Parts: sequence; C-alpha cells; structure tokens
Amino acid sequence: MKRIIPMWIAIIGGFAMMLSSFVPLAESAGEMFADVFNVVAAIAFVLGAGSLAKQHLEKLSRRDAGWGYSIITLGSFLITLFIGLGKIGIHPNEQFPQAAYSGSNEMEGSAFGWIYEYMITPLTSTMFALLAFFVASAAFRAFRAKNTEAILLLVTAFIVLLGRTFAGVVLTGWFPDWASGLRLENLSIYVMQVFNTAGNRAIMIGIALGVAATGLRILFGIDRSWLGGGDA
Amino acid sequence: MRITHKIPRRIVTNQSCKRVAAFVFMLMCCAGAFAFETRGDGSAPIAPTARIVVAQNTSTPPQESATSTLVAVSATPARPLFNSEKTALLLWIVFIGAAVTVSVWLAKSGRPIRIRRIAALEAVDNAVGRATEMGRSILFVPGIQDMDNIQTVAGLTMLGRVAKTAAEYDATIEVPTCRSLVMEAARDTVRASYLSAGRADGFSADRITYITDDQFGYVAHVVGSMVREKPATCFYMGCFFAESLIFAETGNAIGAIQIAGTAESSQLPFFVAACDYTLIGEEFFAASAYLSGEPAQLGTLRGQDVGKFAVVVLIALGVLASTILVMAPSAAAVGWFLDVLQKVLGG
Repeated sequence: MKRIIPMWIAIIGGFAMMLSSFVPLAESAGEMFADVFNVVAAIAFVLGAGSLAKQHLEKLSRRDAGWGYSIITLGSFLITLFIGLGKIGIHPNEQFPQAAYSGSNEMEGSAFGWIYEYMITPLTSTMFALLAFFVASAAFRAFRAKNTEAILLLVTAFIVLLGRTFAGVVLTGWFPDWASGLRLENLSIYVMQVFNTAGNRAIMIGIALGVAATGLRILFGIDRSWLGGGDA
Repeated sequence: MRITHKIPRRIVTNQSCKRVAAFVFMLMCCAGAFAFETRGDGSAPIAPTARIVVAQNTSTPPQESATSTLVAVSATPARPLFNSEKTALLLWIVFIGAAVTVSVWLAKSGRPIRIRRIAALEAVDNAVGRATEMGRSILFVPGIQDMDNIQTVAGLTMLGRVAKTAAEYDATIEVPTCRSLVMEAARDTVRASYLSAGRADGFSADRITYITDDQFGYVAHVVGSMVREKPATCFYMGCFFAESLIFAETGNAIGAIQIAGTAESSQLPFFVAACDYTLIGEEFFAASAYLSGEPAQLGTLRGQDVGKFAVVVLIALGVLASTILVMAPSAAAVGWFLDVLQKVLGG
C-alpha cells in the first residue's frame, strides 16, 4: 500500500496536469494539483528544517571537527527565523494599517531585507565568483591537444573566443571583401549558428523525447524505481 | 558493441490491460478533440453565446434614434473543449504514447530488444565498487530543483539503482538535498532500495539531509563536505545550473570518479569537460530503464527511438522539400507539403 497509493497519486496528478494543458475546462484541476504540491512542499519544509537542526545538534553534541560552524549555522537559522516570522522593522500595510503584521518581508527597510541584501547576496556572489577560476581550470584540461577530436575542439574554441573579442577584428580585419567569410568574427558566427545550433537542437530533440517517454513510464506505472523498486 | 536483452514470453496481465485501456482513453480524448476542432474554425478562441440587446434612449429625438441606438452584445464566453493551438503537441504525445505502448507489448511478448551500450551506466557498478574498496563514501547530488521537475524524478530513479548497488556492496551513500520534499522522496527511495537488497539495517536516514533552498548556500555545503570527506565516487543526476562546474571541478580535484547526467544542455559541456562519464540528455532519462533490464521499461526506450526516427524522417523530408522549393519556386504541391509539415511540427 505504501507504494500503490503514491503511484496512483502520481498517475492521477500527472494525467490531470496533462489534461489541464490541453483542455481549458480542466485548468482548475491542474491548478489544484499545483496548489496541493505547494502545500505538501511547505509541510516538507518543516521536516527539512528539523533535519538541518538535528544534523548540526548531533555534530555539536559529538564535538565533531568543525562543530563551531554548526553554532554559526544554527544561530543564523534561528535569528533569521525570528526576524522573518516576527517581521522586525516592517510597517503595517497601508491597506490594513490596524493589522501590525500585515506588511511584507520584502518591504524596503525590513530587517529581513537587510539580511538578504547585505549578507546573503554578498555570500552568494562570492561563491558565484569562484566559477571563473573553475572555468579556467576546466578549459585548461579540456583544451589539451591529445587527439584529433581534442585538436578540433581547441581550434574551434580559439575561433569562437577570438571572434568574439576585438583581437579577432585586429587579426583578420584586413582580409579582402571576397574572403570576408574567413574573418574570425564571421567564422565565429558561422560556428555558433550552424554547427552549434545543429548539435544543440539534436540534443534538445533527444531530451524532449526522453522527457515524454519518462513521463509516460511514470504515468503508466511502468517505472516505479522512484518508489524504490519494481514491485508495487 | 551492442547488448541484447532476451526477454521470456509472458502472458499479458491485467495490469497491462489497464495500461492499454488508459491509452485507448487518451486516443479517444484526442479523437474527440479533433472532431470538435473540425466542426468549427480553430482560430476562434471563444464560441460566444450571443444575445443582442437593443437599448434606446427615450429622450432622444426620433430622427437621431438611428445613431444613438446602443447595440450591446452580451456574450457569455463558452470556453472551448480543446486548446487547438496545442494540437500538434497532443498528436506527438499520442504518437510517442502509441510507440511506447506497442514497444512495451512487443517486449513483453518476447521480442528481443537491442539497446546501445551506454558507458556511463556500465560504469555505475565499478564506481560503487571503487568506493567500497577504498572505504570511502559515495556522494549523490540529485540536482537543485524540486520534485515537480522531471529531471529530479529521473535523478531519484537513478538514486534508487545506485543505492541498491551500494547496499549490496555495503558502501555508504550520502545524499545532500536542496529541497526538503526531495529529501523525503530520496529517503523513501533509498530506504526501499536497502530493503530490496536485503540490507534494511544498513539504511540511515541521517545520510540524506536537507541543506538549504539557496543555490550557492547548497554549493558551499556540498563542496565543503567533498573537500573534507573526499568521497571516492560522485554522482550528479538532476537539474543543474551554474553550480555544475563547481561540483565537477571540486570532484576532479579530490580525485573522485564522477558520473553526471542532466538535461540542461547549457551545463552539459561543463560535465563533459570535468567528469569521467556523462549521460547526455536522453541517456539520462533512459538510465533507469537501462539499469533495470525489465522488458516493459526497455520497451519504452524502443518507443522513444521510434519517435526519434520519425523526427529524423520529417527533418529529412523538410530539408528535401525546402531545397526543391528553392530550385522550383512554382511547385505548389511542395509548398503545401511544407505548410503541413510546419503544422505537424507545431511551427
């Protein structure tokens, strides 16, 4: 029963969502299932918060390596929760001035907004900035001319890189008009519009068919591995 | 190299009858929608039930009545039964559904199915075995999207297979998640896998944890734990964005064997560059069926290939027709064919 019920919920929900996409009269059914998903996700969030707290409290009690960071994590979690639920620094909504908690957390000047803007955003940006270094190291490894394919990749990458910078114009801008197709900026456009688009579309068609087949496998109950096994 | 799954002949069960009935229901819906569409102009989005009301201002002189007569059309918009703009999409779904159903039926009736060897999936057992031999853990990242994303569902089906192998090998699997609902689903999946492997006592829910919904907060945790704990094997299966390269490069730096799969085409080059094996697009969705070896699931892969073949044929016909039209612009039949083709492809 623990597998049959979730499977039927998935089948009914999936067909309802599909039907709502094609039959305007069934749109409300699709919206209802989307709402149900949001409610379930909200309930699951409590479980997620519980898991986070348990994980770090256990780490603290065992005095595992880096337990000090668990204090910071739990402290940040509790402070943000208190500020968010308490709506610190938020004025009541103009439409409902008598209701103290009617203002939104996204309101300008709110403590929650301050945390987001001056703590979360810089930390997020810092992590994102690391990507530049990872791109450099991955490119260094990918562009080693080990075999014919790697050499082709290397040459194509140089054409596109140079063609998209002013260096390309400087290097090949003097080509006469009859050979303008060989200018790096034009070659770069040609590579991106012809080879890249063709390859990308081939992958996209495969993905679309894969999504359809996977959806049908789940809707027909053929694939139950997401429930942990084949036998219902 | 090709592998062949020889499937024993089986009697069609009640369950497959139900599936066929469900598919027939879909076909009937489609036929009904078409019948509805052919009755009227598909371009008219609303079929109005109009009631004309003539209101006349009594104070208006008779000679001006013609101009001041207000004709109000009170229309009660009746919503159409079918969204005709999505006819081509529905046709494709029905076609793929038919191909999948027939292929599953053929597979169940004992027809052998040949499936292309997928190196990344062949390497799963070796990757899990490597982690066992090294005495290190396996890291499984199911993407950063919620359960309403098909890639997350595909990632969890893959998790089920990996967890079962890990349970059989007595390896440890860690699953940090970015959504609490995914955490719950992953716990159920891994628990069931351990149960089916006969190792229910080896399951620990604490290894499947919720970190945060924030993209880079999650990245910070996963990358930090990778550097500290140095897992021997890393799986990245699901929907990824900018974090894909951060994960893959960190995994590469710690010397882990890495297997990735995603349908985000913009992230595929990063995984290809930094991982040992990558499931590209459709391979990712075929992984569960491939690893299961079940005739019904393998049949769906064949149905998928039938759809791909149809697309290839239509593309070839389109290219041919366009070329003919350029060479002979007066060929009306070719022009008509191209119009039909564009409608079939939903253009």
